[in-house]
Amino acid sequence: MATETVLHTALTLVDQLPALQILVSFIAAPLIVVLGSRRLAWPIAFAASALSLVIAAILLSQVLDGSIISYRMGGWAPPLGIEYRVDAANAFVLFLVAAISTVVLPYARTSFSKEISTRHHTAFYAAYLLCFSGLLGVTITGDAFNVFVFLEVSSLSTYVLIAQGAERDKRALTAAYDYLIMGTVGATFFVIGIGFLYMATGTLNLADIADRIAEQGSNRTIRAAFAFIVVGIGLKVAMYPLHRWLPNAYTYAPSAVTAFLAATATKVAVYVMLRFIFSVFQPNFLFEFNTLEFIILPFALIAMFACSFVAIFQSDFKMMLAFSSVAQIGYILLGISFLTETGVTAAVAHLFNHGITKATLFMAVGAYVFTANGSYYDTIQGLGRRMPLTSAAVVVGGLSLIGVPGTAGFISKWVLVQGALEKGWWPVAILIVASSLLAVIYVWRVIEVLYMRPTPENCEVREAPMSMVVPMWIAALACIYFGLNTDLTLSAAQTAAQGLMSGSAGMR
Amino acid sequence: MQAIDWEFVVGHINYWLFIVLMMTGFYIVVAKGNLVKKIVGLNIFQTAVFMLYISIGKVTGGTAPIFPLDMNVDPAVVYSNPLPHVLILTAIVVGIATTSLGLALIVRIREEYGTIEEDEILKIEKEMALQDVRQHSEVIGERG
Amino acid sequence: MRHHLILRVITKLLIGSIMLFALYVQFHGDYSPGGGFQAGVIMAVAFIIYGVVFSLDEAQRVLPPWVVHKMAALGVLIYAATGVYSLFVGYGFLDYTALSPDYPEKGQHYGILLVELGVGVTVTGVMVTIYYAFTSRTPIMDDEAW
Repeated sequence: MATETVLHTALTLVDQLPALQILVSFIAAPLIVVLGSRRLAWPIAFAASALSLVIAAILLSQVLDGSIISYRMGGWAPPLGIEYRVDAANAFVLFLVAAISTVVLPYARTSFSKEISTRHHTAFYAAYLLCFSGLLGVTITGDAFNVFVFLEVSSLSTYVLIAQGAERDKRALTAAYDYLIMGTVGATFFVIGIGFLYMATGTLNLADIADRIAEQGSNRTIRAAFAFIVVGIGLKVAMYPLHRWLPNAYTYAPSAVTAFLAATATKVAVYVMLRFIFSVFQPNFLFEFNTLEFIILPFALIAMFACSFVAIFQSDFKMMLAFSSVAQIGYILLGISFLTETGVTAAVAHLFNHGITKATLFMAVGAYVFTANGSYYDTIQGLGRRMPLTSAAVVVGGLSLIGVPGTAGFISKWVLVQGALEKGWWPVAILIVASSLLAVIYVWRVIEVLYMRPTPENCEVREAPMSMVVPMWIAALACIYFGLNTDLTLSAAQTAAQGLMSGSAGMR
Repeated sequence: MQAIDWEFVVGHINYWLFIVLMMTGFYIVVAKGNLVKKIVGLNIFQTAVFMLYISIGKVTGGTAPIFPLDMNVDPAVVYSNPLPHVLILTAIVVGIATTSLGLALIVRIREEYGTIEEDEILKIEKEMALQDVRQHSEVIGERG
Repeated sequence: MRHHLILRVITKLLIGSIMLFALYVQFHGDYSPGGGFQAGVIMAVAFIIYGVVFSLDEAQRVLPPWVVHKMAALGVLIYAATGVYSLFVGYGFLDYTALSPDYPEKGQHYGILLVELGVGVTVTGVMVTIYYAFTSRTPIMDDEAW
């Protein structure tokens, strides 16, 4: 073979996996548009998503021991070239995103058939795949500017996906518009921050930036960069005072889109935040310490209470879950603000557990929208007996949301409380438990509506089709499984936390 | 009181321009009620960032980083840093995509709501929300 | 409908040179200023100016909307296919050396040409799509209402 002559060792399929992780869905998206076939769109999307899941699983199994895979885009060596870097932290997030997408897609097929006119289906699946690969790209890349580009790829397609909800409720359009304005402001802040980092360090490779920041210590440019990046990503994370786009966007988007986004988009943004706070900047810098303790911690606590409180008074199941999402992001940020390994472990574990929990619940909401044509409490009242499987999934998801022992939500909250106690922050630990009580109230309201209220007369509602119930139950069983078998999530989260916490050394 | 360090002020002219432009754009995004004006403000905001990037790529005395036709690069010649330009090329494309998507959404909003003024849209949405509450909260027993 | 005679004649003259210039920018983009983005926009301008002067229907007769949509996706596929080819030959994704392993410089040359071609096709497609999307909506106000 000719390659031998230039002393090039051919890369094997396994070496190519980091590139393929993104490529599969990135190629499938334009392929759907070029083929333009309504019948082929879904199978291609599903195949791409399933293949991504397989790749993510292989990558995760390779890095669980704490090793790092580095891939050179275009053969250019880092730090000059763009590097794709897989370690325990982002392999974990990659796996979450790919798994959620693969579970949601079969569900989406049925759900979209009612919520979106068939004429838009091909373009819709293309946008969905772009969003999916954008999220994977944000997670896998080791290049600061590449993060921005993929963030915008996923955000732009997210706006399109949300606006598709306009066929049911025109407020989806304004929700998408608001998200577009706020998301773009956030992304621009983020890119300003990267500009400052580039000014200060002269490089865009995350590991390289981390090394050079460690060398030169803190200075004004780096502090400015930190501020811009935290605010910019904070908008995408829906950090408490910057969360205004989230409730409407989640409520008016098509059900399957909400299920996918709620479980992945904010989680990927949280991952970027973790990566920047712990690996790129040095956690021992005073300004970072102050930011976390005096800004992020209080806002996380406010989010946990204020948004749980708002969630209690909603009369729309979907809106209630959207507000609960902001509250749950508060727990993740709380874990980050501890600045300890236990705290970060809790954050990473909650990122995963909350992802599967919210996927279950939003899929259940979608099932009610499908059968009963709405998710208001008076529309779904008494459906507990009419739709036993869906409603049981709501119970499982709800319990996991509260954090009842035996469900996934319990594990991460337990570690979070441990982290608070480790730091000696008794009041914070009590507040975590207290805010869980608010979750009990809003989850109980739904369960009461579903099971205690009489079914309205002449109600024709039947159980949702199996294609919706099965994915929902896969997610629900995952909530239970990861609540009983904690080894996988916790050990992965711990390896991820160790990798993240060791700063630039964790990226070598 | 310290005298103003004029050399510092003038030497950082690109940052001052960046700040003024960025704040102008940001102000428009926040303060204007017209949806199209918001998009224009967003554009100005993004353009400010492009200028920040491009200005930091300038190397004093550097020339345009283009290969000479005979491909023989003279090591004595100083070139400006082309990397920020390349990054901004990508960011500009992202900006175009955002602008066109935003405008497309505005077209749809105008078709559905009949207005592109934020306060009027809010009024319509408030009306819709009130209607939802009236329609859906009687059984639950709560009032909006 | 025969007014703006000068505009029509000049446009017809211009379109050819605009397209030629687009191709120049496209294929000289590898070692002079230019490239797919710029060339794509210039190429799209040729169609847009045709649409502005000769009405949207005329432009869509030349370049139907479905072709434009396919173009936008096809360009991405050209780009990706270049990368996937290098990937199959055993190099990294988009490692242009794979296109000509014995002469890496030539490989770089071919690679950037192919990739820029993909970019150009996509940008043309997207720009014309945006133009079609906005002009094909029925305006709520008529022209006099402004």
